Amino acid sequence: MKNITRFFTTVFLLLLTSPLMASINVFSCEPEWTSLLDELGGERINSYSATTAYQDPHHIEARPSLIAKIRRASLVVCSGAELETGWLPILLRQSANSNIMPGKPGYFEAASVVERLDIPISSDRSLGDVHESGNPHVHLDPRRIQIIAQALSKRLSDIDPQGADYYKQRFNDFTQRWQQAMKQWQVQAQKLKDLRIVVHHRDWVYLFDWLGIEIAGALEPKPGLPATPGHLSMLTKTLTAKPAKIIVHTPYQNPRAAKRLSQLTNTPVVELPYTIGGTDQVKDLFDLFTVTIEKLNGALK
Amino acid sequence: MKKNSIALGVLSFACLYSTASAANQARFNPDISLTLDGRYGSYSNVSDYELPGFMLGGEASRGEQGFHLGHTELSLSSNIDDMFFGKFTTAIAEHEGDTEVEVEEAYIETLTLGNGITAKAGRFYSDIGYLNNQHNHSWDFTDEPLIYRALFGNQLVDDGLQLSWLVPIEAYFKVGIEAMRGARFPAGGAANDGKGAYTVFAKFGGDVGLSHAWQLGFSHWRADIEGRASGTHAHDGGAAEVPTYSGESSVNGVDFVWKWSPKGNNREQNLKIQAEYFERDEDGVVELIGSNPLESTTYQGQQSGWYLQTVYQFIPRWRVGYRYDQLDSNNQGSESEILSEAGLDNEGLKPERSTLMLDYSHSEYSRVRLQLSKDDSYEDSDNLVFLQYIVTLGAHGAHRF
Repeated sequence: MKNITRFFTTVFLLLLTSPLMASINVFSCEPEWTSLLDELGGERINSYSATTAYQDPHHIEARPSLIAKIRRASLVVCSGAELETGWLPILLRQSANSNIMPGKPGYFEAASVVERLDIPISSDRSLGDVHESGNPHVHLDPRRIQIIAQALSKRLSDIDPQGADYYKQRFNDFTQRWQQAMKQWQVQAQKLKDLRIVVHHRDWVYLFDWLGIEIAGALEPKPGLPATPGHLSMLTKTLTAKPAKIIVHTPYQNPRAAKRLSQLTNTPVVELPYTIGGTDQVKDLFDLFTVTIEKLNGALK
Repeated sequence: MKKNSIALGVLSFACLYSTASAANQARFNPDISLTLDGRYGSYSNVSDYELPGFMLGGEASRGEQGFHLGHTELSLSSNIDDMFFGKFTTAIAEHEGDTEVEVEEAYIETLTLGNGITAKAGRFYSDIGYLNNQHNHSWDFTDEPLIYRALFGNQLVDDGLQLSWLVPIEAYFKVGIEAMRGARFPAGGAANDGKGAYTVFAKFGGDVGLSHAWQLGFSHWRADIEGRASGTHAHDGGAAEVPTYSGESSVNGVDFVWKWSPKGNNREQNLKIQAEYFERDEDGVVELIGSNPLESTTYQGQQSGWYLQTVYQFIPRWRVGYRYDQLDSNNQGSESEILSEAGLDNEGLKPERSTLMLDYSHSEYSRVRLQLSKDDSYEDSDNLVFLQYIVTLGAHGAHRF
């Protein structure tokens, strides 16, 4: 009897508190930030990702469903560095939501809290779709994820001060597991050091920076422009002189050009998950790096 | 000449501005974007253009022959402070040898009213319909749908105030109202002390799975019109008499858009199906200003039209599209001859047009397009060919739905 009473009390308390706890609606532009938010915010937040691993985050339209979602968000978390420049500003304006405008606590750009690579010396459109603030794909370096996690955890506390202790405890817990995982990944990725890899787009700069991998070339002749036969034959010449071990692309990039170059140079192609959901096994940020390193190692065998 | 110097002034201002932004840090400068639009047009029929059953105005025309420029647009926009966003767009175009500078948009919009409410004031494209609030350079065809040409003189733009509210429900539901001056076509005369036109609109939308997204809109426009001159209808043997309408006018419309892309990745392939229908009721008087003695007739007009178009990007960069347009009208009045002179006799015709287009976008900033139309919008059937480039210099455009 006592047990039953306790059970019902617990259920009642859960029913009472859970809708209250899940009070912070967070809109993230990419699924990697949803995963990080789930780590840091747990049950106090409702996270939603505007895109999936199968969508190119440069090329999203301000769809009605996204406007409806962002209108009810208390926090917007995006990569920044102009990755979402075609659709986030218009979403923000259409949302008529005063909490999430740039400069407000409800607006968080991950790239703005870490050091960025690939900052162009000159910004000229003839160089392709270059980002003035540097390469925005910062989530592919676990060291930078750690820095972003710290800033994001603090931001959650700013927005929801009542949960400050909860966020701090979750951040500490995440940090411990993340540091542990990073050590493992580094061991697993030892063979990848100094490897030469051809990329489709320069999405991988931060991963390669962390693992000491060298970019042997890009399938895109200029950032954002599709591969051309002329460019592929030039790339073939470069690779004949100085071979690469692997060609990589994301789930949202068409594998055609990668496969063509693979035929020309006899180099294996690997589709890397890029973000959460990029393969079925990748359900969170931990899986993302584990699977990415596994797949790269697998291609070397 | 004066207009020319204004154009030069605007351009040199923009040049100075962009030089300044390159030298200093660009952060606090507005986004500047310049759109260049060049065309080659060909058609066989050289008679005056008309759409039987409709009094044309605004910028309604069939387009020019040979090599020519479309509208060159210069646009500056920026957050003004944490409260307001502002945008200014000027179009520079040549009409019969004169270079004309026109203020297309000049408005401010609130950012932080909150609760889903946005207020906008100034000159802006009305939010009625689907295509109306988009710049014509982002349209999928070189020219406007016939119903936009017929009812709005290509596009409804006016000076006024807009209030919109994004209803706080799970799905997308936006409603809005606009109070406008009503001095520009298709209104006229700025009735009611310069508050002559109103609109009401509602938009719904959402996703179906990962690959589909849609939007449905309803809109209403009404105006008290005092002397709307129909500019482009020439009278036989000279344009001395200008058909002019005064009375009430109301337009109802419904628009629908469906977009598909595999798993929502529109980069490789995507399909867009879009349709709009508008109908207009008018009740008033048509006068032929300039006739002596003044000729006039009562006029009750019912006009409607729709288009359906589909655009398919089959591989990256390449899109193909088809559009079908149709108009219909039933206009009554006491003096049928005067109605006829005003262009309101539909001559037993239902104007229609079929259009095919193919375009290539090398990057997000450039597009080259070939368009072919079989135009049966007036008594002489015509074949139209357009070759066009549209490029954008400067700020990255917005990916609107």
